[in-house]
Amino acid sequence: MYCLLKLAPLFLAVAVCNGWLFGDFVGKQKEQDEISLWPLPQKFQSSAVAFKLSPASFQIVHAKQSSAGPSCGLLENAFRRYFEYIFGDLKKSEKSRKKVYDSDLVELQVWVTSADPECDGFPSLQTDESYELSIDEPSAVLKAANVWGALRGLETFSQLVYEDYYGVNKINKTDISDFPRFAHRGILLDSSRHFLPLKVILANLEAMAMNKFNVFHWHIVDDQSFPYMSRTFPELSQKGAYHPFTHVYTPSDVKMVIEFARMRGIRVIPEFDTPGHTESWGNGIKDLLTPCYSGSSPSGTFGPVNPILNSSYDFMTQFFKEISTVFPDAYIHLGGDEVDFRCWESNPDIQKFMAQQGFGTDYSKLESFYIQRLLDIVAATKKGYMVWQEVFDNGVKLKADTQIHVWKGRPQYQDEMGQVTAAGFRALLSTPWYLNRISYGQDWVNIYKADPQNFTGTDAQKKLVIGGEACLWGEYVDATNLTPRLWPRASAVAERLWSDKSVTDVGNAYNRLVQHRCRMVKRGIPAEPLFVGHCRQEYKGL
Amino acid sequence: GRILIPYSTFNFYKEYLFGFETLVFQVHGVWPLPQQLHQSADRGCLSPQRFSFTYGRDSAAQTGCSVLDAAFKRYFSIIFPDFTKGSENRLQYVWSEPQPFVVSVSVKTGGCDGYPDEDSDESYNLSVSEGQAVLRSVTVWGALRGLESFSQLVYQDDYGSYFINKTEIVDFPRFAFRGLLLDTSRHYLPLHAILKTLDAMAYSKFNVFHWHIVDDPSFPYQSRTFPDLSNKGAFHPFTHIYTQSDVMRVIEHARMRGIRVVPEFDSPGHTQSWGKGQPGLLTPCYKGGVPSGSFGPVDPTIDTTYKFMESLLKEVKFVFPDSYVHLGGDEVSFACWQSNPNVRKFMEKMGFGKDFTKLESFYMESIMNMTAALNRTSIVWQDVFDYHERIPQDTVLEIWKGEKYQAELSRMTQAGHRVLLSAPWYINHISYGQDWRNSYAVQPQNFSGTEEQKKLVIGGEVAMWGEYVDATNLTPRLWPRACAAAERLWSNEEKTLNADLAFPRLEEFRCELLRRGIQAEPLFVGHCKHEYDGL
Repeated sequence: MYCLLKLAPLFLAVAVCNGWLFGDFVGKQKEQDEISLWPLPQKFQSSAVAFKLSPASFQIVHAKQSSAGPSCGLLENAFRRYFEYIFGDLKKSEKSRKKVYDSDLVELQVWVTSADPECDGFPSLQTDESYELSIDEPSAVLKAANVWGALRGLETFSQLVYEDYYGVNKINKTDISDFPRFAHRGILLDSSRHFLPLKVILANLEAMAMNKFNVFHWHIVDDQSFPYMSRTFPELSQKGAYHPFTHVYTPSDVKMVIEFARMRGIRVIPEFDTPGHTESWGNGIKDLLTPCYSGSSPSGTFGPVNPILNSSYDFMTQFFKEISTVFPDAYIHLGGDEVDFRCWESNPDIQKFMAQQGFGTDYSKLESFYIQRLLDIVAATKKGYMVWQEVFDNGVKLKADTQIHVWKGRPQYQDEMGQVTAAGFRALLSTPWYLNRISYGQDWVNIYKADPQNFTGTDAQKKLVIGGEACLWGEYVDATNLTPRLWPRASAVAERLWSDKSVTDVGNAYNRLVQHRCRMVKRGIPAEPLFVGHCRQEYKGL
Repeated sequence: GRILIPYSTFNFYKEYLFGFETLVFQVHGVWPLPQQLHQSADRGCLSPQRFSFTYGRDSAAQTGCSVLDAAFKRYFSIIFPDFTKGSENRLQYVWSEPQPFVVSVSVKTGGCDGYPDEDSDESYNLSVSEGQAVLRSVTVWGALRGLESFSQLVYQDDYGSYFINKTEIVDFPRFAFRGLLLDTSRHYLPLHAILKTLDAMAYSKFNVFHWHIVDDPSFPYQSRTFPDLSNKGAFHPFTHIYTQSDVMRVIEHARMRGIRVVPEFDSPGHTQSWGKGQPGLLTPCYKGGVPSGSFGPVDPTIDTTYKFMESLLKEVKFVFPDSYVHLGGDEVSFACWQSNPNVRKFMEKMGFGKDFTKLESFYMESIMNMTAALNRTSIVWQDVFDYHERIPQDTVLEIWKGEKYQAELSRMTQAGHRVLLSAPWYINHISYGQDWRNSYAVQPQNFSGTEEQKKLVIGGEVAMWGEYVDATNLTPRLWPRACAAAERLWSNEEKTLNADLAFPRLEEFRCELLRRGIQAEPLFVGHCKHEYDGL
């Protein structure tokens, strides 16, 4: 948790008490101080009545009726985090409690209503993240069924607090009733094309929570490197990582990511993509990959996982047994995309196998054969799975609760969403949200406009859309540029996935997003600018 | 000598290394590529404890030379980062005592307290042999370039020992003006972001910081003469300004690295923020016979404008030591001038008819003459040449418009003007993939013209305009993409035409930038030994 302290925003008391000195400046500040909620809550009512919050007296506390209490570490940590976001790095001082004025808001009571607050649990696809927030004197009340909804409400509460011209923290009388439009709101980070140091991952989990994202899709390994340190097969990272010590995620690193995410109501779904995208696996596991042939002899290069050897399946059985225990989430992403058939075609043993199985020369049948067995292996670990759309496109027999991840631009993703849901599968959208693709200017607008339910289909089909993910593939991204490239562009996705369908006004979104990005900057996240302008507190890093 | 890893807690690591790593002859590129570089496989070991820089006996500069004393200190830390970081796993020399290594630096002329200028000789010769390196240059600025090259020649093997190969370098820049533009108006850039950029510029042998310090959105320069300009025109009058001492610091930081600071005070357009602190400066726009309340470019019809500009330029001359000043002159919209009855009257009086470019020329000519009278050389954007035939001959023209810049190069040099090329290096424009290759492919002298005309191309500039850039993303967006232009402007073009050959060198240089604390983004998949450890 050391990162938490590092990220705690610097609170600089803005010495602008002498607002009268700069007539023009006051006007500018006013704009800044407008409340800017992001993503926009479902129901929101606010009045001009404002209450002051004093860092010396304001407290975030458990409501008396709440099923969660001081033993709920998750909430206690969240209280501290949000106290610091609201007041900066000031320490709560119990002694010097000042006189409470009539107009002060003295506390935020957090009321968890379910018998089980889930303090020590993990969020899931079924988690109820709704909350109600009522801000009135002398106490504000945040009501949620469980800690996960409470976390979302705390974020909203912190966004409601603003500074007036004299640097006083204020909050307006407000009522909010909020819930997410989609249950799965994810960010994909790729730690294989470039290794991402732990602190970059943690900082982005922090930023995700600020945007109410709830899934970290960890594309942890791929062709280029295998940074995941496996307990069962340590040679995978020893030989497959960029460096066996400095460029790996140890079991305790992984644990830390999962716990850091849990504390913020974020699920961690690892992706172990096979049978393609596995070059780096072959360094550590002999005979796992298909030897490619050049003419009649092996060329020395390797292709996808060898689907005709029992040893491949034995390996996968043991490997996914480990994964299913390391990662607590009910889902694993199994990849299954972009399998190049040329190597399989070149290999005489594979050709023989194809003939035996009666596959002819249709290698997608071989791919399906592999995936089918893999799905059975993973199903035996009691995990659900997500797969990239090719697995569905190729007609692999899938369990009914499989989630199909749509990423291709062709055919039109709207058609694919229609087909996936027509077949009764749950669908996730990523196609319009490949944020690694950059262009000049305000590309967040198109990101914002995309809607996962914008396809032809019945209401039942629409309900099968469980959400989407912003993907930041790693070819051109590492610790140097990841955070500003992701934020605030991913925030556009966050609002699309959380807020009501009708929230589509780009002009209104721009004004709120400008301030939301300054808020992220203030909290230590180097979110890049949307356009010309400034933040009261510019980024202090470098 | 042969070096062994200490027999210590690192045993496991050692075994691992012996098991899987093989020693190979490493290629150690220098970026930008020197004009002549000969390296041999013979290498010598450097020990931080026994390494030193000295002034050659015949050197005009000796201890006490501010620029070089500071450079020695700086480069020692750059060359031996582990030493200065106090790494715990210091390696022990088991088989032999460390040998001394001396870098002897000799410059022909002193000038340690001066500033680099357009005539500064940046050439140097570097000869690395056993136990020593000899660096010779005409000026201290050349010595700085040579020290940079030397620092890039040193490498560490897998055990952490430092080596340098026998090397001979004869080097000089292809172009005298190798600039980088930062825009501190669209977004305010904190001082440390500017200083960091100057560091990285020195690593890439850039030598001009073009400070586009003010523009429409904000006026962060705190003027001694007109404090209201930033009081009212900056994003914030205290937190978003450059004080005089900030500016001094930038100029001194740049000087120490052989970098000129050329400020741009762009007018008559791009001046919205000026108007807030200087009432009466901008042209009031009219709508239906009455002032609309909005303002256009600087009002070129009234005397007070010229008095103001003269005072401002006098201050600029006083504050910025460089002999060049960028006067802008780009993208002037005529709509406001057209709407204003006083401006129309003036046009009539001057006999300009309805040709507002004549009014614009009238203004720019006055400003350029003012600048010349202050003994400063003007740089202006290409627009001024495009609409105005009678530009003072020694004015430098900067090309920024993307299309057909070759034709523009021909025209301008034919008219006898010195030219700077920036059009193909607007690297604020981003796209997916390896766009550094486009920057690298630029051939600044590939236009139709005589040899004399080609010589009038004095260099070019990488421009990082600020619409979408601030301290959060500036550095990774600049580096290593700007390095492509750095090599084009320094190195021999024929030796550096192939981007595929440059790629591994640039990848290595990018990792070196990371090691030096510059947040340079990756070129493609892969890794660096020392990854960036910030956010």
